[in-house]
Amino acid sequence: MSAVDGAPVPMTAKRRGAQLAMLAFAVLIVMGAYASVGLGLDGEIPSGMLTYGLGLGALMLAAYLVLARFAPWGDPLLLPLVTLVNGIGIVMIYRIEHSGKLGAGANATNQLMWTALGVVMFSATLIVLKDQRALQRMTYTAGFVGVILMAIPAVLPGSLSEVQGAKIWIRVGGFSIQPGEFAKLALVVFFAGYLVAKRDVLALAGRRLLFIDLPRARDLGPVLITWAFSIATLVLEKDLGTSLLLFGTFIAMLYIATQRTSWVLIGILLFVGGAVLAGMAFSHVEARFNVWLHAEDPTLYDAGGGSYQLMQGLFAIGSGGILGTGLGQGHPQNIPLSFSDFIFPATGEELGLTGLMAILMVYALIVERGLRTALAARDPFSKLLAGGLSFILAWQVFIIIGGVTRLIPLTGLVTPFMSAGGSALLANWILIAVLVRMSDGARRPPPQAIQDEGLTQVMQR
Amino acid sequence: MSELTLLLIRLAFLAALWFFVIAAVGVIRTDLFGPRTAPAPARKPAKAVKPPSRAKKGDPRQLIVTGGPLQGTIINLTETPITIGRANDATLVLSDDYASSRHARLFPQDGQWIVEDLGSTNGTYLERSKVTRPTPVPLGVPIRIGKTVIELRK
Repeated sequence: MSAVDGAPVPMTAKRRGAQLAMLAFAVLIVMGAYASVGLGLDGEIPSGMLTYGLGLGALMLAAYLVLARFAPWGDPLLLPLVTLVNGIGIVMIYRIEHSGKLGAGANATNQLMWTALGVVMFSATLIVLKDQRALQRMTYTAGFVGVILMAIPAVLPGSLSEVQGAKIWIRVGGFSIQPGEFAKLALVVFFAGYLVAKRDVLALAGRRLLFIDLPRARDLGPVLITWAFSIATLVLEKDLGTSLLLFGTFIAMLYIATQRTSWVLIGILLFVGGAVLAGMAFSHVEARFNVWLHAEDPTLYDAGGGSYQLMQGLFAIGSGGILGTGLGQGHPQNIPLSFSDFIFPATGEELGLTGLMAILMVYALIVERGLRTALAARDPFSKLLAGGLSFILAWQVFIIIGGVTRLIPLTGLVTPFMSAGGSALLANWILIAVLVRMSDGARRPPPQAIQDEGLTQVMQR
Repeated sequence: MSELTLLLIRLAFLAALWFFVIAAVGVIRTDLFGPRTAPAPARKPAKAVKPPSRAKKGDPRQLIVTGGPLQGTIINLTETPITIGRANDATLVLSDDYASSRHARLFPQDGQWIVEDLGSTNGTYLERSKVTRPTPVPLGVPIRIGKTVIELRK
């Protein structure tokens, strides 16, 4: 395409070549990590490296082909970036699996299988969801599904839903899923659809007090309902992480929709108030706060369910230093659950601050691509949905990494794409597919006009 | 396996990781500014999200929404006309009670962009004056449609 006077105009190109190159680069880095783990552990390149690397490569090539066919204008960077974090996660789980006693729960083959399923879900979402605006019609259905998914573990008996104190599972036979991971997506769709319909009244009505615009009392309804819902999650499912995740996302989307700072202040006040009250009323929440505030206390360190795990994670990051101990040469077996919640400190020990920063940069770039999609989207629903989905990803990374580095109280959330765990991996791959679908819509050039020359259209009968 | 080899592998891996990040930023950069200055993608890792202001003279390249609910939206101009309104198939879809479903149209002609009101209820304004017939749009002059304000930029 050229401009009117023939000068080239920068058009958002498809960038398929760049995407393929970045994808190959990501797979190569993951293979390098795998080889490096083998060299660090036994001094030889693991025999499975080629099959493993080619397997991951083939998987991502399939995802790429689906993307090129069904969302040709989709964002070129999302898939390579996600491939890298997912691959490094698998390598770390493989490494922890081969580290001795506490690595018992880690299973890299399982994680690879879940990744394959994730790619299948990614492709299926891209193929089925032709236009993200179809989701807008399902606003209230999505809300209903989200609430049901969240509520199932809370009403199930503990034997079916409770693992290590958190009542967030559905366990049937040897198979278990976390419905909350999928509820997240449904609820973001609901928030986006709801706020598009109601944002004018939330943004305009109200009066000005000092320097902020206060909303009317009766418009507080939705915020209060979401707040009550997240507090219920906290109390009934003992899950501080998901509670914080959902409420924070709602507040952020409310802010995106209305541009009113007062909503953010009201949200923070409500959540802090609720959390403090819950901390006083429920022992398990109080214990979390204690561990956070007094982690170095020797009695807490030795107590069951105390700060042992948190401090081991901090020790690991500390011993990693700037450049890390090198892959395969750290001691992830010393951190309980180093393959799921604490994969970040385990990675930090082996890759050091330099590696952690690179991984955080990759997350930041994924979020940047999502927010960029929100900016470029042409209708309000897509803007809010893209903004909300990117925010929930960023917020989740912040909550878990803030937790393991003791910036905020530790809450059991998965590190997106890295932690072992099938449900989270599937849900996050679907999230990325929806973002790719929206970026396809946003980057696609506007449709060609019917008439090409002149102002008047000649009608022929 | 000697210590030195392991150290070199470790450093090489970290370098590869960062090179990947920089390459990704490079792709974003080329997306924003076009491939003309691509040979030095590493020099500007901070991807400033500003419109390219480097063209010396000439024609608008972007349409920027400077006011209203869609503020910040950027549409790259090609030779295709741009329709604005509440209809779902418009290029810029407004959700504004003051806009008509097919409100206005922007199209290029002889090297300049022309705004045309498509018979809207509340009118289209170029700066202060109501657009009654197709009018050329200079750079940086606000076009107001309902609550939305758009501008052409280089």
